[in-house]
Amino acid sequence: MKNSAPQTIYTPESQLLHPARLLQKMYRDLKNSRELAWRLFVRNLKARYRQTFLGYLWAFLPPILTTLLWVFLNSQKILSVGDTGMPYPVYVMTGILLWQVFVDALNSPLRLVLSSRHMLVKVNFPREALILAGLGEVLFNFLIRIVILIALFLWFQIQLPFTIVFVPFGIMMLITAGITLGLLLVPFGLLYGDIQQGLTLITSLWFFVTPIVYPTPTSLPGNLIAKLNPIAPLLVTTREWMVTGITSQFTVFMAVSCLFFIFIALAWLLYHIAMPHITSRIGA
Amino acid sequence: MTEETLLQVDDLSKKFCRNLKKSLWYGLKDIAGELTSRNVNGPNLRADEFWALHKVSLELKRGECLGLIGPNGSGKSTFLKLVNGLIKPDRGTISVTGRVGALIELGTGFNPILTGRENIYINGSVLGLTKTEIESKLDSIIEFSEIGEYIDSPVQNYSSGMKVRLGFAIAAQMDPDVLLVDEVLAVGDIGFRKKCFHAIDRISKKAAIILVSHAMPQVARVCTKIAVLNRGEIHYTGNDAPEGIRRYYSLFEEQPSLITGNGKAKIHRIELESRDGMGVREIRYRDDLIVHLLLTIDPEIQDPVVGFYFLSQENQVVAQCNSSYHRIPIKNTGNRLQLKVSVPNFNLNPGKYFFSVGIRSANDLEVLELHHAVFAVSVTGGFVGLAPVQFKGDWEITEVKTADQPNN
Repeated sequence: MKNSAPQTIYTPESQLLHPARLLQKMYRDLKNSRELAWRLFVRNLKARYRQTFLGYLWAFLPPILTTLLWVFLNSQKILSVGDTGMPYPVYVMTGILLWQVFVDALNSPLRLVLSSRHMLVKVNFPREALILAGLGEVLFNFLIRIVILIALFLWFQIQLPFTIVFVPFGIMMLITAGITLGLLLVPFGLLYGDIQQGLTLITSLWFFVTPIVYPTPTSLPGNLIAKLNPIAPLLVTTREWMVTGITSQFTVFMAVSCLFFIFIALAWLLYHIAMPHITSRIGA
Repeated sequence: MTEETLLQVDDLSKKFCRNLKKSLWYGLKDIAGELTSRNVNGPNLRADEFWALHKVSLELKRGECLGLIGPNGSGKSTFLKLVNGLIKPDRGTISVTGRVGALIELGTGFNPILTGRENIYINGSVLGLTKTEIESKLDSIIEFSEIGEYIDSPVQNYSSGMKVRLGFAIAAQMDPDVLLVDEVLAVGDIGFRKKCFHAIDRISKKAAIILVSHAMPQVARVCTKIAVLNRGEIHYTGNDAPEGIRRYYSLFEEQPSLITGNGKAKIHRIELESRDGMGVREIRYRDDLIVHLLLTIDPEIQDPVVGFYFLSQENQVVAQCNSSYHRIPIKNTGNRLQLKVSVPNFNLNPGKYFFSVGIRSANDLEVLELHHAVFAVSVTGGFVGLAPVQFKGDWEITEVKTADQPNN
């Protein structure tokens, strides 16, 4: 009995004063959260689809309908989109699917943490599990939507370029970007309801300043929006890898990727440190 | 290794804020303070803050069970959250050895549309059990929960009792070094409560337990140590459970007395007599007690019944004396009646009780007049026992020589 028991000490001082201990704890929590994350992921998935009639069809419907809408608008010359370098339906569909990956990832940390509030104030489980479970859902959603992509590529007889092998990396970067921003929002979003309200509004506006359904304007001031938008190079490059094989913003893509790799570590640190403070503020 | 200290709490304090908007703002500031490694959240209270816990120190060893009692809002749940590591202390330290298990609001995280079996896996993981641990214990969980064939139906079809049973069955499979129990035993029927106690007894042999409860008989039965919290501060701590419970009761106001009835009788005077004379409010254990009553009853009531009873602080009737049970005739003509009832060797457990007197009619059982908890009576003695009645007993002890024993 003597050897078994590790000691845990809780004090008011900042965890940052003992960086080695903190990093060790973050790593251990991440490791210990894998199994729970899997259970939560499966639970959320089952819960989402068990009480529906159409089941997994719900994953396909929104992107297909949105694409049809934009293709219709374009064909009726209601809006005129410039040269996209690929068939317009392919352009829109790939754009929407990739954008959806980012938005799913962006929303997932706050959504999962909010829906687990009652658990946070009662049970001590590794908080990282919620983030991992959310990550699982984002990946799952994308994987089943790949079916649409395959059908689309066959229909338009797109020759897959060799750069298709880089696409998983692009997807990973979109998810990293989403999770990073999502994680940064969690502490504020748990305390203030404004964040979740605002997030919905912002993502719907963000959609229009990202080259999803029409290409980036090349002249001032329109091109500024795309230049300042960190998601644009990620999305554009991944789409190019997927369809044409010729990248137009590769350097920016790499720069943004490096930044997000640093930021996700910081965001995780913030999340980890903030959790006990948040728990004591939302505790009933 | 039963002497091993598993929980050491020193000078523990935690602040809360009355105002929600400010509380959230302080929360953000605390996070910022932590990020800049500054303790902005120092030992002083900011506007609208109060100490939810103040300078609490405790020590708990393996095999001990601490009863944490106190009025609502005295900081008991906050204390459990701090020990469980859910929230951070504002001052002081907590050091916990080994795994902490919590039986707090069972079934947290159950998903209503998934089956009981699926929820066992989820809830088990939430509590930190691995897949293999859950699988090896699955049968005993299902058996303990008494859910039987419904284990494969969605949890939303379960009764609330079933949910709690399933939650407890899963949580009881943990093998904690420190176990936190918060009021969970208040729910569930008697049969299940017994099982829960049995499970806690089993765990208590190799763990330190903190039991938060408002049920004093339960606390008195299981706890080896008592801590009374009041407004976030330790009011009493020690190994004397009855004393701790007495201190807990002293935090509450006296029972309000109540006089009811249909007016067909009137109690003029209630007087207790004991060794110290008339009008006493204190009786020594096993002294004789005489109850004097002066009353008038409407002449139309032919067969009145007079009785008195003692209420415990838990508001339970623990002792009673009633004329009808012993067929004592009370002849009523409408004149004043003086009653004198002697109770020799009054043997209630030392402590505080509330005295009540009632007059009924035997025929239609209507209450003519009832004085409920008219005044408090203390029983004093050199001890405080667990049960409300304490026999002295005539003890006869003889030494038995080995040769006389038939089977040896």
